[in-house]
Amino acid sequence: MINSLFLINPSGEIFLEKHWKSVVSRSVCDYFLEAKEKALEPEDVPPVIHTPHHYLISIYRDKLFFLSVIQTEVPPLFVIEFLHRVAEMIQDYFGECSETVVKDHMVMVYELLEEMLDNGFPLATESNVLKEMIRPPTILRSVVNTLTGTSNVGDTLLTGQLSTIPWRRAGVRYTNNEAYFDVVEEIDAILDQSGTTVFAEIQGVVEACVKLSGMPDLTLSFMNPRLLDDVSFHPCVRYKLWESERVLSFIPPDGNFTLMTYHVNAQNLVAIPVYVKQSISFFECGSDGRLDVTVGPKQTMGKTVEGVMVTVHLPKTILSINLTATQGSYTYDNGTKLLVWDIGKLNPQKLPNLRGSLSLQAGAPKPEENPSLNIDLKIQQLAISGLKVNRLDMFGEKYKPFKGVKYITKAGKFQVRT
Amino acid sequence: ELTSYKSFVEQACIVHFLISFSPSRNEDLKEMLESNKESLKLEAMKRVVGLIAKGKNASELFPAVVKNVASKNIELKKLVYVYLVRYAEEQQDLALLSISTFQRALKDPNQLIRASALRVLSSIRVPIIVPIMMLAIKEAASDMSPYVRKTSAHAIQKLYSLDQDQKELLIEVIEKLLKDKSTLVAGSVVMAFEEVCPDRIDLIHKNYRKLCNLLVDVEEWGQVVIISMLTRYARTQFTSPWKEDGVFDEHNERAFYESDEEKTRDETEAKPYMMDPDHRLLLRNTKPLLQSRNTAVVMSVAQLYWHLAPKNEVSIVTKSLVRLLRSHREVQYIVLQNIATMSIQRKGMFEPYMKSFYVRSTDATHIKSLKLEILTSLANEANISTILREFQTYVKSQDKQFAAGTIQAIGRCATNISEVTDTCLNGLVLLLSNRDETVVAESVVVIRKLLQIQPTQHSDIIKHMAKLFDNITVPMARASILWLMGEYCERVPKIAPDVLRKMAKSFTSEEDIVKLQTVNLAAKLYLTNSKQTKLLTQYILNLGKYDQNYDIRDRTRFIRQLIVPNDKNGALSKYAHRILLAPKPAPVLESAYKDRDRYQLGTLSHTINTKASGYLELSDWPAVAPDQSVRNVEVIEPTVKSKPAKSSDDKFYSDSGEEEEKGSGSSSSEDGSSSSSSEESGSDAESHVQKNSSQTSEESDKSSSQSEKSSSESDSEKKERKTKTPLQKKTIFNEESWTYVTKQQHTKTIFVNVINQHSVLQTFSYSHWSTLCVSLFTQLCPLSLAFPLQLSGPAFVPEKSHDLLHRMTGKGLSAQYQFPRQPCLYQPTMVSVQISLTNTTDHPLEQIHIGDRSPTGLNIHCFNTIECLEPEASVTVFMGIDFNDSTQAANFQLCTKEDHFSVSIQPAIGELLLPITMTELDFRKEQGKLLGMNESSATITMAAENMTSQPISRPVATVANLGMVPSSQDNVHRFAGKTANSGAVVLVTVELRGESTALITINTEKSVMGSMLLRDLKLALAQA
Repeated sequence: MINSLFLINPSGEIFLEKHWKSVVSRSVCDYFLEAKEKALEPEDVPPVIHTPHHYLISIYRDKLFFLSVIQTEVPPLFVIEFLHRVAEMIQDYFGECSETVVKDHMVMVYELLEEMLDNGFPLATESNVLKEMIRPPTILRSVVNTLTGTSNVGDTLLTGQLSTIPWRRAGVRYTNNEAYFDVVEEIDAILDQSGTTVFAEIQGVVEACVKLSGMPDLTLSFMNPRLLDDVSFHPCVRYKLWESERVLSFIPPDGNFTLMTYHVNAQNLVAIPVYVKQSISFFECGSDGRLDVTVGPKQTMGKTVEGVMVTVHLPKTILSINLTATQGSYTYDNGTKLLVWDIGKLNPQKLPNLRGSLSLQAGAPKPEENPSLNIDLKIQQLAISGLKVNRLDMFGEKYKPFKGVKYITKAGKFQVRT
Repeated sequence: ELTSYKSFVEQACIVHFLISFSPSRNEDLKEMLESNKESLKLEAMKRVVGLIAKGKNASELFPAVVKNVASKNIELKKLVYVYLVRYAEEQQDLALLSISTFQRALKDPNQLIRASALRVLSSIRVPIIVPIMMLAIKEAASDMSPYVRKTSAHAIQKLYSLDQDQKELLIEVIEKLLKDKSTLVAGSVVMAFEEVCPDRIDLIHKNYRKLCNLLVDVEEWGQVVIISMLTRYARTQFTSPWKEDGVFDEHNERAFYESDEEKTRDETEAKPYMMDPDHRLLLRNTKPLLQSRNTAVVMSVAQLYWHLAPKNEVSIVTKSLVRLLRSHREVQYIVLQNIATMSIQRKGMFEPYMKSFYVRSTDATHIKSLKLEILTSLANEANISTILREFQTYVKSQDKQFAAGTIQAIGRCATNISEVTDTCLNGLVLLLSNRDETVVAESVVVIRKLLQIQPTQHSDIIKHMAKLFDNITVPMARASILWLMGEYCERVPKIAPDVLRKMAKSFTSEEDIVKLQTVNLAAKLYLTNSKQTKLLTQYILNLGKYDQNYDIRDRTRFIRQLIVPNDKNGALSKYAHRILLAPKPAPVLESAYKDRDRYQLGTLSHTINTKASGYLELSDWPAVAPDQSVRNVEVIEPTVKSKPAKSSDDKFYSDSGEEEEKGSGSSSSEDGSSSSSSEESGSDAESHVQKNSSQTSEESDKSSSQSEKSSSESDSEKKERKTKTPLQKKTIFNEESWTYVTKQQHTKTIFVNVINQHSVLQTFSYSHWSTLCVSLFTQLCPLSLAFPLQLSGPAFVPEKSHDLLHRMTGKGLSAQYQFPRQPCLYQPTMVSVQISLTNTTDHPLEQIHIGDRSPTGLNIHCFNTIECLEPEASVTVFMGIDFNDSTQAANFQLCTKEDHFSVSIQPAIGELLLPITMTELDFRKEQGKLLGMNESSATITMAAENMTSQPISRPVATVANLGMVPSSQDNVHRFAGKTANSGAVVLVTVELRGESTALITINTEKSVMGSMLLRDLKLALAQA
């Protein structure tokens, strides 16, 4: 299915290649690089490119292009999903996914890729399984390895034990048994100039960090599962039980994983935690404009809104800006015309404001459309939909685990049109 | 700090390295690889793999690397494997050095090592090892470990891409693996199926229900492949659920409870559509997968519903598809494309989620245009105002390409929904004063199309556009305005000639497309208003005549001939007005995704809108459903009582699946048993059908040990055990049984012996006995091979007898022996020999028995001492001799009361074999395992009578005790047998070629026997 993989940095340098079938010359990437040249932004490169002999399917993630070469019909999502798994695997192993990290661990990445696909078909993509075969580096081990030249390959390979549950490794042992769940909700919204909601929805995800010995069988239940409109699960969740009893019953993988993602019923009105008062105007005569933005709390359920950030892509014709912020600080990159105002915590008594003048290039026409504002925010200890975890039970093991649930609300794609 | 230290060390290393060895960097690596220190080797290998990863050439290190293939250090070994897979293709000869290591590893007790050996072996793309790969794949396909079997499924594809000639043999392996119950294997083998033999839909029938039931527990990648295969399968096997709308499945279920009266009435009217339960099973079992975290799985279920589900059920996938829009940008792209195709046919599906397709300024360009496409498709009278309001925002976008796209979308809405045409048109006219050129140009083009649809009352707009003409520079827009002027010149009689005047001035500097339209405009004006424009037209036609572009020259010439009357072309110019100013059909503004639905959704072909290589067409529904019973599986509960823990874990989450399988199994086994309980068996014992080969061999192993222990078991139990033998065998024996009946004389003797051993069988008639004899034998003989070797009766028993003891040397006792070709009852490894003793003296001979034998280890089962043989009487006895698979003579003494005669029996090689039956497939499979050294062949010139007078099987069967294998080809004859002692398979193929030549091929691991047999066959066939 997948013939080859090339990792390419934004400047077009191919810094890793892996072939699972016959070697495909890296000149095939030229078609891709050509498309990349044409695109204004790296995000605009079409994910599927049709060349005379191959099909190129690529993703752009963490400032890297993952380009796969395909020769025959295959569902494109299959490849895309896999490429994202590769990126996640690198993230999981080395803490981040970047060019430097890959270059530093070239051999290990290569070995991982070897394990992940066989003849272009996914073989082992579960983190738990991979870690059995190739141990992730730790700081201590990497030093020891550098000095002694010993191995990163798991010794367990020798036993030939394969876990009976594909996503969980066998023989897990912890002295402290703990299971933590983070309920993270994101608000996607589009607000129009007057502040009316054009579109808003809540997407949630339950991230788990489970470090439990043996083969624990967990059951997680919610106080108000009816809120959930559409869900998707990690393969470990027993779907039948969810259908009949609305509980999550599963044998978890070891370590960090995404237990479920959900969408909150669209009928429920979405609480928008902040309002934005803005005015951006350009004068018809003269090459000047004004910007005035104020952010204030709206429906916050009594919690503090933190980590507020406003990002604006200013029109290309802007020459310079001169703004003052009453709270936080702003940065402006004249190359990309990106204005970022980092506000921090919202104080209802004293609303943060950013105002000042924008000057346009001489002779440039007045921009047609005002730039939209992208808002970022965070509210701790609150799931904006009101979803609550009821209880977590464990079967199959005797010990008593530590349990914890954390809620957090964030802004997803939160956009204010101006 | 530590990491930085590490990278420092590494860098220092590399720098050092570069300084000291840069001219021949690999020389150094070679030295390191050849050193004795494990750590140095490892370091070197890491650098080598680093080179490979960077795409640098490291092929010259091959000899140094390959030496380390057998290293004990696992990490080193893995890196060497990585290297081998990459370079073996380029260095084939050297790569062969490593093969034996893998062959050894294939037998390792550790499943991971076996699997990785197979992975690497099959990844080495060296054609010469194809037979070895084939053998390894076959063995791995029946490995204990599902992980190894999975690897073998992957290897099938690799071998197939290396050597397409192996297709038939590989299909056999696929067939076997398809029967596998492990969820680990299912996805991989279906993948192999799709790649090697996607058209062999018949292999799926029996596995269909199993695949449906296992689906939930298969790993996610396998799910995608299986679902897409099952979609194709379903389209060939079930009838369309779409026939009449309103006929839903629920109705059918209700119909089940309705009274018979109503039913019959229904039938007379129209036969209601009844969904095949298997069709329903597929839909039901894929539905939960919509909740998968894997976007590819969700998409594949969505396309399955789209292509297979009744229309009213398709919409359950909507929510999940919309969910995918939250995923990565690339995922959005593919999903939006598919939604775009779906939303053209089924607006209703996505309309409730319209807002999810609203464009954000941060979306990538291709995402934006797809969302626009979908919004346009979703537009209807009810929501158009909302959509247009949204479009207004988009038109102002800084992304001008997107703005242009929006204008086109508005145009499409305007044509599709007549209520808003005017509103849209006015909006677009406003855009004509936009500052951006692309926006204006696009507006002009769209307005032109809209005006064409209803041109009557819009002369204002045309005037307005004529005014804008001077400011518009985009060629397409200018051309559009010119065309409008010409087409509706009678509505703007004053403006049009003026525009033409301007164009005459700037003609030479215009783009080609504008020039063409100028010529058109001139022609049209000439026809309607020749007074004002005659000169202008001639001027423009002259300019066009000498234009650089031949299209324009052509057009000019054509127009001139058409409109300017002269004596030559009178006929056509009469119609010039009608030709040029004919009412033209309005353009249809259509979605670019209109006919994408010819491709299966979710495929690469759908995405690129061309047929990708390897794309498999989705067939139309058959008008009449093919036989449903082909999917019935005769599932027999295995005799194993305690289910192994492993397999229950495999099915961890299919809560209902297993029960259903059992349910369907038991119902279908009823049909099975009626056909399989053959009368011949004479018992009503439960019939057992072969479930799969490994189980059968297990069973027979077990039963053989049982029967040793409990020879005095009751009658009925024996019967039961007997009936466990596969069906096929039974029928064959029935045919053979006549042989036994005609030889009652001989069989009687054996029978007595049997009775001595098992004292319970007296009630059996002879014909029954013969069946029993062979089946008992099969059970007694532990099977060493993966599939059960089914012993059959001999194809031919030669009457020829050999002298054992001449009456002269035997002092009146003469003995002759012949090979009855029956399996020996005393010990399965023995060959039975029938000896006829005749007393030619005039006095009785007493106590005839067998004395000393040589070689001393010779294992002979003697006949019971004959107390007395009267003069002129003769007696036939049987003995068994274990020849140990060699033609070495068995020497022994035949003794009477007084004398000892040394005699010897030297068997022909063909007598050391026992015939077995197998299918042609099995034959090929076995043959595939026995290539290379195990194969001996010769081409011979056939004797004339062998070609014509009789089937080739006769001379072969005379020479060797082999069973015929049914052959699908006329000119190829196949025979199979196994050696009596070791049970090694012997396969003989005689392929007739041309007039009188034939190729004899013998495959057996006993290569000496093979060559001897070949010699005998050559002799027999060549002269006969």
